[in-house]
Amino acid sequence: MTETLVNYIYIVSAALFILALKWMNSPASARRSVMAGELGMLLAVVGTLLKHDVVSYQWILIAFFIGSAIGAPIAYLMPMTAVPQRTALSHAFGALAAALVGTAEYYRETPHGFVMVAIVVETLLGFLTFTGSLMAFGKLQEILPQRPIVYRKQNLINFTMFAIAAGLGVRLALVPEDVWIFPIFAGLSLVFGVLLIIPIGGADMPTVIALLNSYAGLSACAMGFALNNKLLIVAGALDGSSGLILSIIMCKAMNRSFANVLFGAFGQLQAAQVKVEQRAVRSATPEEAAAILEAASSVIIVPGYGLAVAQAQHKIRELYDGLTRRGVDVKFGIHPVAGRMPGHMNVLLAEADIPYDRLFEMDDINSEFPQCDVALVIGANDVTNPAARHDKSSPIYGMPILDVDKARTVMVIKRSMNPGFAGIENELYYLDKTLMLFGDAKYFVSEVIKELPTAVRA
Amino acid sequence: MSTDLELGLFVFMLATFLGLEVIRKVSPLLHTPLMSLTNAISAIAVVGAIAITGAGHASTLSRVLGFIAVTASTINVVSGFLITDRMLKMFKKREPKP
Repeated sequence: MTETLVNYIYIVSAALFILALKWMNSPASARRSVMAGELGMLLAVVGTLLKHDVVSYQWILIAFFIGSAIGAPIAYLMPMTAVPQRTALSHAFGALAAALVGTAEYYRETPHGFVMVAIVVETLLGFLTFTGSLMAFGKLQEILPQRPIVYRKQNLINFTMFAIAAGLGVRLALVPEDVWIFPIFAGLSLVFGVLLIIPIGGADMPTVIALLNSYAGLSACAMGFALNNKLLIVAGALDGSSGLILSIIMCKAMNRSFANVLFGAFGQLQAAQVKVEQRAVRSATPEEAAAILEAASSVIIVPGYGLAVAQAQHKIRELYDGLTRRGVDVKFGIHPVAGRMPGHMNVLLAEADIPYDRLFEMDDINSEFPQCDVALVIGANDVTNPAARHDKSSPIYGMPILDVDKARTVMVIKRSMNPGFAGIENELYYLDKTLMLFGDAKYFVSEVIKELPTAVRA
Repeated sequence: MSTDLELGLFVFMLATFLGLEVIRKVSPLLHTPLMSLTNAISAIAVVGAIAITGAGHASTLSRVLGFIAVTASTINVVSGFLITDRMLKMFKKREPKP
């Protein structure tokens, strides 16, 4: 009787998870989506607690308490710039949970057949996602070097390692009684997670986080097969497909393949190609910049992660307000890889109270640059480099970019002429229509704002 | 008995296609909150963790592993949903011009 009830509760819970993802399609319904997700999770937990075989509650309740006591402060205190790190850390926790449940199941029952196969997949994915996510966290938090860490025969060593782990997994699935294999299998999975992520550079982290998201989901899904629980299968599959789609979007936005992101160690070779070439650029003062912006009728601001590093979001909002009040049409053009995870820049701008209907995706805004008076680039570099369109020798050739060079005037706020993350010269800076605004983004924008009101009152 | 496996694979196949269709419609504007949300949902592993921890005749090993797993996934659930909500609260439309 109770078991039937629990199964029905699980069906409702699965439906709520699907609705939660569906309602994420627009900001208007998105708040509802979180509620659906929370309710779905609550039902799943309550349903499980009702089960006959769950008889001892004290440890579960203590764990709920500790988990909430750690989780809530993380959610409220984490600055928005650190959301990618939190997500990586959270993937690590989720994957660890799946891996440990798989381990416990194995030692408890030593199951056979497809259940054992599911447990092998669950623990392999769980453990490698755990350490892999911790490495991603370390790189994003800058505890670990952002550069790819490479050594000779890396791909060969990684592949061998994975092959041994997978081989042991197969052996375990066939002969589950070989208990001594399990710790070695688990250990290799943990080590493989580390090896998989260290050769990946900081700029590729958006793809990697999305991919780890997918693995964490698939691990939960495998648990569903092991426990014969359809709710786990549904939730895990939804997660797996979400992570997959996001990582494909990220790869496309960088014109790279999965294989290239995972095994290419991007950002290594290019560093050597930097040409030390001094060419003339035109620069402007805040006064001049303010005068040009004020005279414009349409301005597209192109923000990059550098804007968040300089903590300039709130100053940008003031600039947006100032210009909008003067009747200037201000839009934001956002590249899919702006920021440290998919959609990160939108969150950073929304935090600064910039209305979301002013934020435009690359494909929607690119056609507007030719009619736009000023394109203002702040803290973005490679995603505005016209070389991506025509220079076949450029490492970023083929990458979709924001066509800022088609605007009538281009202004770039930049600290110095140093090249960006990929170490590539940006020819945008040497165009006749480009004005370089040298200085810290936050300082420069506030200087521009100071110049604005006087210009109008006069 | 392979019916459990067959049924499971069937559910998996349907849920994957559904997931791909639904996620494709999510606005890129909300990709970060989406990822936090799916992250919280992937903590559904808590279901398995509860079953392990609360079982009647659990060994010390499975109690300990289960306990850590419940704690880890609770962190995930709580921080995942709360931060998603915190982010979504920030997304506002332009106020109508006075």
